[in-house]
Amino acid sequence: MKEYQTITEISGPLVYAEVDEAIGYDEIVEIETAQGETLRGQVLESSEGVVAIQVFEGTSGIDQNASVRFLGETMKMPVTEDLLGRVLDGSGRPIDGGPEIVPEERQDIVGAAINPYSREYPEEFIETGVSAIDGMNTLVRGQKLPIFSSSGQPHSELAMQIARQASVPEEEGDDEEDEEGSEFAVIFGAMGITQEEANEFMEDFERTGALERSVVFMNLADDPAVERTVTPRMVLTTAEYLAFEKDYHVLVILTDMTNYCEALREIGAAREEVPGRRGYPGYMYTDLAQLYERAGRIEGREGSVTQIPILTMPGDDDTHPIPDLTGYITEGQIYVDPDLNSQGLQPPVNVLPSLSRLMDDGIGEGLTRADHADLKDQMFAAYAEGEDLRDLVNIVGREALSDLDNKYLDFADRFEAEFIDQGFDTNRDIEETLDLGWELVSMLPKDALNRIDEEFIEEYYHEDDSEQQVVESAD
Amino acid sequence: MSKAESTETTVEDGVIQSVSGPVVSARDLDARMNDVVYVGDEGLMGEVIEIEGNITTVQVYEETSGVGPGEPVENTGEPLSVDLGPGMLDAIYDGVQRPLDVLEGKMESPYLDRGVDAPGIDLEKEWEFEPTVEVGDEVGRGDVVGVVEETVTIDHKVMVPPDALEEGETTEVTAIEAGSFDVTETVAELANGTDVSMHQEWPVREARPTVEKRTPRQPLVSGQRILDGLFPIAKGGTAAIPGPFGSGKTVTQHQLAKYADADIIVYVGCGERGNEMTEVIEDFPELEDPANGNPLMARTSLIANTSNMPVAARESCIYTGITIAEYYRDMGYDVALMADSTSRWAEAMREISSRLEEMPGEEGYPAYLAARLAQFYERAGYFENVNGTEGSVSAIGAVSPPGGDFSEPVTQNTLRIVKTFWALDADLAERRHFPSINWNESYSLYKDQLDPWFEEHVEEDWAEKRQWAVDILDEETELQEIVQLVGKDALPDDQQLTLEVARYLREAYLQQNAFHPVDTFCPPEKTYLMLTTIETFHDEAFDALEAGVPVEDIVDTEAAPRINRIGVQEDYEEYIEDLKSAIADELRSLY
Repeated sequence: MKEYQTITEISGPLVYAEVDEAIGYDEIVEIETAQGETLRGQVLESSEGVVAIQVFEGTSGIDQNASVRFLGETMKMPVTEDLLGRVLDGSGRPIDGGPEIVPEERQDIVGAAINPYSREYPEEFIETGVSAIDGMNTLVRGQKLPIFSSSGQPHSELAMQIARQASVPEEEGDDEEDEEGSEFAVIFGAMGITQEEANEFMEDFERTGALERSVVFMNLADDPAVERTVTPRMVLTTAEYLAFEKDYHVLVILTDMTNYCEALREIGAAREEVPGRRGYPGYMYTDLAQLYERAGRIEGREGSVTQIPILTMPGDDDTHPIPDLTGYITEGQIYVDPDLNSQGLQPPVNVLPSLSRLMDDGIGEGLTRADHADLKDQMFAAYAEGEDLRDLVNIVGREALSDLDNKYLDFADRFEAEFIDQGFDTNRDIEETLDLGWELVSMLPKDALNRIDEEFIEEYYHEDDSEQQVVESAD
Repeated sequence: MSKAESTETTVEDGVIQSVSGPVVSARDLDARMNDVVYVGDEGLMGEVIEIEGNITTVQVYEETSGVGPGEPVENTGEPLSVDLGPGMLDAIYDGVQRPLDVLEGKMESPYLDRGVDAPGIDLEKEWEFEPTVEVGDEVGRGDVVGVVEETVTIDHKVMVPPDALEEGETTEVTAIEAGSFDVTETVAELANGTDVSMHQEWPVREARPTVEKRTPRQPLVSGQRILDGLFPIAKGGTAAIPGPFGSGKTVTQHQLAKYADADIIVYVGCGERGNEMTEVIEDFPELEDPANGNPLMARTSLIANTSNMPVAARESCIYTGITIAEYYRDMGYDVALMADSTSRWAEAMREISSRLEEMPGEEGYPAYLAARLAQFYERAGYFENVNGTEGSVSAIGAVSPPGGDFSEPVTQNTLRIVKTFWALDADLAERRHFPSINWNESYSLYKDQLDPWFEEHVEEDWAEKRQWAVDILDEETELQEIVQLVGKDALPDDQQLTLEVARYLREAYLQQNAFHPVDTFCPPEKTYLMLTTIETFHDEAFDALEAGVPVEDIVDTEAAPRINRIGVQEDYEEYIEDLKSAIADELRSLY
């Protein structure tokens, strides 16, 4: 291995060095500063005679006398089942004071694309115990479903609630002992979040005993930004290993994708690339896709990788490139809404713009319940109607509205107060969620339920409630 | 060059000079523009996209991690081509026509590895060839010499390659025989020395020749009410489906792929989700072709270049798709091509362009974006083929505008070319009104030329009924603005009634449940009858109003809400018959 002392240019996170041998694209580099500190980096561009290196820890302390070593291989993640229960830094080195990790394998972190032909279509319902998700925007195994939030919102609480409660109903019955702990794993990738936020997660993991079935990667706000571009790849490489080679059902939580994208922009700017929208690199869609698409199931393998990336939308604007590109890649999104949050709803999920694309195949008879799809459609329509009417009420008052319109308004109020606002510690099973849904739609007259099959109305509609409602409104 | 000829002689080797993501520069490579080259020790497939002095720039269709300067670049001397022949249906390809099922086997892994190649069609499989000409017959270019049964649905026609003869020239068939052949074997010999096999190659960036483009006069019937009823597309037409994420672009494309009455479907998943392609792969073999009950895959060719697969292959997958489509068009088939999504294709162009440090145009897209989009959509059309048959390629492109803003370059440049515009609307999607096609913004310029077909095949007053529905919906839009201010009850009675009629149009007619086994496909006859049912309600209701019945009583009838259930009725004719008289009876009993 050759060592060079040929650095010609240092600019932001990038270092340019002259070389006299062929260096591969994406290869790992070690830079030793005059102070004896070793920094790591990656080849971003390789030309004859000169390479551009992106330094993960930042370039401070590097001078032209620093020596550069090329390791001759691309970045690898040492993986083993023993990673469960461990806390690592953003580059995959242990920071919990525990023993050295003895890897079973070292895997390339870039990760090859899964052949679409080898994938298995995800349709296994995950019960999160959160009605806004289970009832209205169901999550399935192998899905990537981001949480779209903004600064100051309780997205972390929601993510923790999901991580705590997530289960697959039919497995609970028979082999509970067997299933617990041995099948399900959480991998948590923190990118540029504050120490306090990180502590919240850690405390929650420790309090619920979830840590032993988790792997935690921590790149905190004061850690080098460039390192953030490798953290999610480390996370997902570990996830793929546990899922597809060790049969775990892995839930990956990545927070905060906004910080990841900022790091991409920083590198792009340092390389003087032609910027795309709002200064983010033109290849950001491809780059994000290479992360999100690593969720899924593979035919013939037991495990699955389910992703819940969290991103804070700058200015709560979902047309910003980060949420926008994310929404085009992921299979839906869950919106955390500042208005609902200020009303005190827990979790403050706005179901209307939220969506789970894989829902239709993950629910129904044998999966959740036969009436689920119709009921959900009806609740969406009724809630949307109620929301619309709220604007009108502000102008004309409730008295000016018809009986039915008033019922829609009541529906919207109760839907928020009872269905959505369940608290971060309540775990509702799917039956409870659906029954509650029927209680709410039964506020509406039967013939207003145009999205529900007559058969289900027959079976589940609460006659009494409706009559009671009629009496009340007649008074 | 095509992968079928793997023993290609190499022209001249070059040496890699620099690597930056999918863009590789090579020194001393003797190459022409768009030649296919093999890059590095692993032989990654790439295409020449720029030549400057001694430096040749190549876009590589595979991941380039670990590739470094000094490694060799081999030129094949051939442009990027596809293998054409039986076996393209019921197949799933990546962006450069490598069959994904074959790759899975070759790589022995569910992940896509690098440097593995495979021909687009199975070269060893034998097909039962049935000649349609005899020794001594005169044939010209493109003429059919025989058929093989490619799938239960489709007879694959074996044609004289269009470049074997000059235009207008004919030659004699000197030998032809029925029997089992693989695609490389000669099935017919011609007097001018051409050996015809079942296998042809064609460069993807070049349109296959035709005689003439004609005005399309037949609709591509989709079984989707809002499309057939309000905004129809012609066989050989072009359409764009723009919409923000979550508005249902992909579901609409899937519905078209499932139910459009084309002979052949080419579905290009360009830079989209892996799971969505998997859904197609798993669903289509089980779904029935509504025309003949055969598996849907028997008429479908899939191209899946998902968002995490190499970006350069995403740029080429659209061309691969349309070339396959043109080949079946040459056989006289009506082909429908769905591209989901053309925005990802444009972004791939942008990414490559910025790596080449080209001067960017609007929003960083290359200045040639408009020209490329136009070239693609111009390859669609209703054609007279070189062999005298008629065939069509309909192109339907999804567009994913950032933030749902239709003023961005890809949407705008697409709208300048396509003649059908199905605008998806996030507001409609949010209230789960699907398909969430906005009826105020969408349009079809084919309406007038397709009306005669609908009038002949469905009902004489098809166009009038459509106009009636459009008028009611327009009126509703205006009224809704007033309702937003003063509430519905402040409107005069007749306008309240119009809103009620419009509500049925929206909820029963325009909405369609893609996940309901019956409602998912609505034949034009049913589309028409549904409209007349709503019109019956309209006429009867207004008669009642004129006779002095209060509007509350009209709205509060029992029969009319059954309109919402027409969609899910299998025996709709009887149901509609009953319903119409029930509506009339009930409303007339009020006065």
